[in-house]
Amino acid sequence: MSSGNGNAGGGSGGGGERSRVNDFAFKVATVNGTGSASANGLILKVVYRMGIPVSGKNVFPSNIQGLPTWYELRVNKAGHVARTPKFDLIVAMNPTTYAKDVAEVQAGGWIMYDSSWPLAKALLRPDVTYLGVPLAHMCVERFTGSRERILMKNIAYAGALAALIGLDMEIVKQLLDETYSRKKSMLESNYTALALGYDYAREHFGALPLQLEKMEPDGEYIMMDGNTAAALGCVYAGATVGAWYPITPATSVMDNFRDLCKKYRTDADGTKRFTILQAEDELAAAGMVVGAGWMGARAFTPTAGPGIDLMSEFIGLAYYTEVPCVFFDIQRTGPSTGMPTRTQQGDLLSIAYASHGDTKHIAVFPASPEECFYLSVAAFDLAERFQTPVFVVSDLDIGMNDWRIPRLRWDDSYAWDRGKVFGEAELEKLKSFSRYLDVDGDGIAARSLPGVSAKGAYFTRGSGHDKHGRYTEDEDAYQEVVDRLVIKLDTAREAVPAPVIVRQDGAVGGLVCLGSSDAACREALDLLAARGLPLDFMRVRGFPFSAAVSAFLAEHDTLFVVDQNRDGQLRTLLVNDTEVEKAKLHSVRHYSGTPLSAEHVVDEVLPVLQPVAEPAGHRLAYVAGLSLLKE
Amino acid sequence: MTSIAKPRIVTHKSERNALGLTRLDYEGGMSTLCAGCGHDSITAAIVQAFFELALPPHQAVKLSGIGCSSKTTAYFVSQAHGFNTVHGRMPAVATGANAAHKGLTYIGISGDGDSLSIGLGQLCHAIRRNVNMLYVLENNGVYGLTKGQFSASSDLGSKSKKGEPNQEEPIDPASLALALGATFVARSFSGDKEQLVPILKAGLKHNGFAFVDVLSPCVTFNDHEGSTKSYTFIRKSKHEAVSAGFVPIKDEIAAQYAPGSVRPVTMHDGSTVYLHKVDGSYDPTDRHAVYAYLKERQEKGEVATGLLYLKEDSLDLHAREKTTATPLRDLPFASLCPGKGALDALMDEYL
Repeated sequence: MSSGNGNAGGGSGGGGERSRVNDFAFKVATVNGTGSASANGLILKVVYRMGIPVSGKNVFPSNIQGLPTWYELRVNKAGHVARTPKFDLIVAMNPTTYAKDVAEVQAGGWIMYDSSWPLAKALLRPDVTYLGVPLAHMCVERFTGSRERILMKNIAYAGALAALIGLDMEIVKQLLDETYSRKKSMLESNYTALALGYDYAREHFGALPLQLEKMEPDGEYIMMDGNTAAALGCVYAGATVGAWYPITPATSVMDNFRDLCKKYRTDADGTKRFTILQAEDELAAAGMVVGAGWMGARAFTPTAGPGIDLMSEFIGLAYYTEVPCVFFDIQRTGPSTGMPTRTQQGDLLSIAYASHGDTKHIAVFPASPEECFYLSVAAFDLAERFQTPVFVVSDLDIGMNDWRIPRLRWDDSYAWDRGKVFGEAELEKLKSFSRYLDVDGDGIAARSLPGVSAKGAYFTRGSGHDKHGRYTEDEDAYQEVVDRLVIKLDTAREAVPAPVIVRQDGAVGGLVCLGSSDAACREALDLLAARGLPLDFMRVRGFPFSAAVSAFLAEHDTLFVVDQNRDGQLRTLLVNDTEVEKAKLHSVRHYSGTPLSAEHVVDEVLPVLQPVAEPAGHRLAYVAGLSLLKE
Repeated sequence: MTSIAKPRIVTHKSERNALGLTRLDYEGGMSTLCAGCGHDSITAAIVQAFFELALPPHQAVKLSGIGCSSKTTAYFVSQAHGFNTVHGRMPAVATGANAAHKGLTYIGISGDGDSLSIGLGQLCHAIRRNVNMLYVLENNGVYGLTKGQFSASSDLGSKSKKGEPNQEEPIDPASLALALGATFVARSFSGDKEQLVPILKAGLKHNGFAFVDVLSPCVTFNDHEGSTKSYTFIRKSKHEAVSAGFVPIKDEIAAQYAPGSVRPVTMHDGSTVYLHKVDGSYDPTDRHAVYAYLKERQEKGEVATGLLYLKEDSLDLHAREKTTATPLRDLPFASLCPGKGALDALMDEYL
């Protein structure tokens, strides 16, 4: 057993520092496919059950086994749980990433590592404390079988963490009991491993100043990922046809839809009130939802950016033939294959105007799993009301990470909006049915469903058609239809979810974002306000933009538009779809694949708001300032 | 796809079917294809099949892709909804529509470009899923709308209008369908209505994907000397392996067949298809034998036609998926939404 090098294993490392309760960030560096995900999930859930606001971000490789993976946790009593790149403690379990991990920990922080093998001298930093725990050694001694030894090492580091930062052991045991209620032998092993880590850390290091303490939650919370919530939304919205092609990070939407439908839509004899079509590719998946939507079922397909590319042809068809269907885009990083297991908001432009010719689409932007549920339901209503493709634009961070969110609620008085659909009786009253006739002036024409009545029969075509649905190559007749589509999409402006707007006294400008940028932006608002720079805030939740979005932009001279993409796509959309003056929109962009942090937003905003006051070394100065603020 | 309304003249002498409808009730707009196009003959055969089966016109669903063949869905059963989708992607739309409503009669019209090139993948997977529909591939071996390029079904050495021989191996749609596990495979000729109509009727009643490859000469771009898809060439090379007779559920069997030469197959709804084996040893329910037979004929420069293969106990997509009897699109909201109580209970699982 090695006690490590340098100041490794020294007492309660960093002793003398002020204790930091429920306000720090730590991460675990492991190798994927070794079972660390369950240990990390356990740690997250323990903190969550202690009532402390917490987030867990899985930074994982596009691989099944053997590559580096990280799990980042942030606890913050004030509720700011956006990702932060400032880690106070790193559990370094993967020797291949030691260098990166050691370099990343904050000065004054801690590195816990597996001291079964010594750390290379080059990895020693004078300003951090090393906590060597001989995890492999202990597990080899205690367990038999290589798989168990590998798996139990994870629970052992969880045990060590419990001793170091105060994970509530009662809750740890409770969770293990829930997980292994049917596998008593596994439960025993887990208990043993837990104690190995816990006892060692307590004996050698004691508690760190980073401490978790139980809190009384300010509401009723659950822990859920966005893809589960989105799938639940599909079930509650009454979607019956799901078509898809597997793709990271959207796959779990359909996995969850299947599980939920098994639970809620399957009779004892196996009869199903839904169907799931695993398509041969995204083109087919899109075609299937177009077919099902045309037939009158609520249909959806979950995908990611590369899928949207392939679906574009059908998206254009659905737009022009006016077929309701819902697309979930769980965005991931980069052009082409990019980084499929990292997050980004890179598909905003390709979604807003997907497909050739003149097209424009309705989109909703959930900021959390909570909104994934509610906005999914809204998306189906919008799709049927406006008879057009609707996009639920989520991302990997929301979709695949577990979030602490308020309990989801349902109001049984909800009635689905099927839009204008003429049934047999309505058709009977008509002299003749014209599919694309705008009677109400809102740009929405009534449709008829196949199989209902001969009088409602018409020919749906992606080729040029007039307001009656007949083929045309006539200039005026063609234009009349596409001009009505503009009216329809304008009507949709006030039907999409309203923006979330927060105003502050004495605001010196406005901060605008969408989706998963919300948490980091709200924290940035607090940090900026503490520096005497309050900003108003607007998170848009729907496209095309409503009058409220335009009004917010109009009332501020200085605006910051936060994008998790390289090219400022939200900013481009705002310029394109409102009358805002481009020059007053300052772009704040983050596109490395990690979730956005408040530090990054502040970093980008400050030079604009305080261009002169900052000395040459301003960045260091205000980063130091930020950490002061955090304390 | 232009379509011009046809004049409707019904006289008291017009023949009526079990629903009291005439053939005119199953017709559509005026065809805008070239005079003499094989596709128009197929359209006429479809009208005949629908009429004879007395299918309610508004309960049919017509789907197509893009191309000359795909235009023809506008030329029959105008009282049915039609969907002219995108090039090569009709199978996906048909699959989705069928998933949403299992109770309608689906007919998809495609061509050799639509099905064997741009849409080859979609065709293959619709076959694998055994979507309950009649799929008609109007096969002329040439791209008509873009004026005369070879298609994936053009035979090796077959000459273009300009005299150039095709140098790429053709895809044989019937062999392909058999290899993919198709439950109903037929091949016919647009010029042989007598053979085609019973095949279409059997296909409409088949519980699964009924694949019909219909050789259908293009009079403008592929009906010349040297083409293997010309009227003359097809008439010479086609070899009927098995002829089908279709008897609806309620009808008496009128004809008498010599034992051994006829194989009766009962369809899902109780109708019967009688398969007359022209070649003595031919077994239209033996997939591997049929495949070998097609290849053998092909070697001889012949094209085997007829209802080539039929799987008796075909389970369509819905049967495999065990979907409820009520079409999914007609399910009331209350049977789909688990409601407040269920959600409250579910939330406890995420604490």
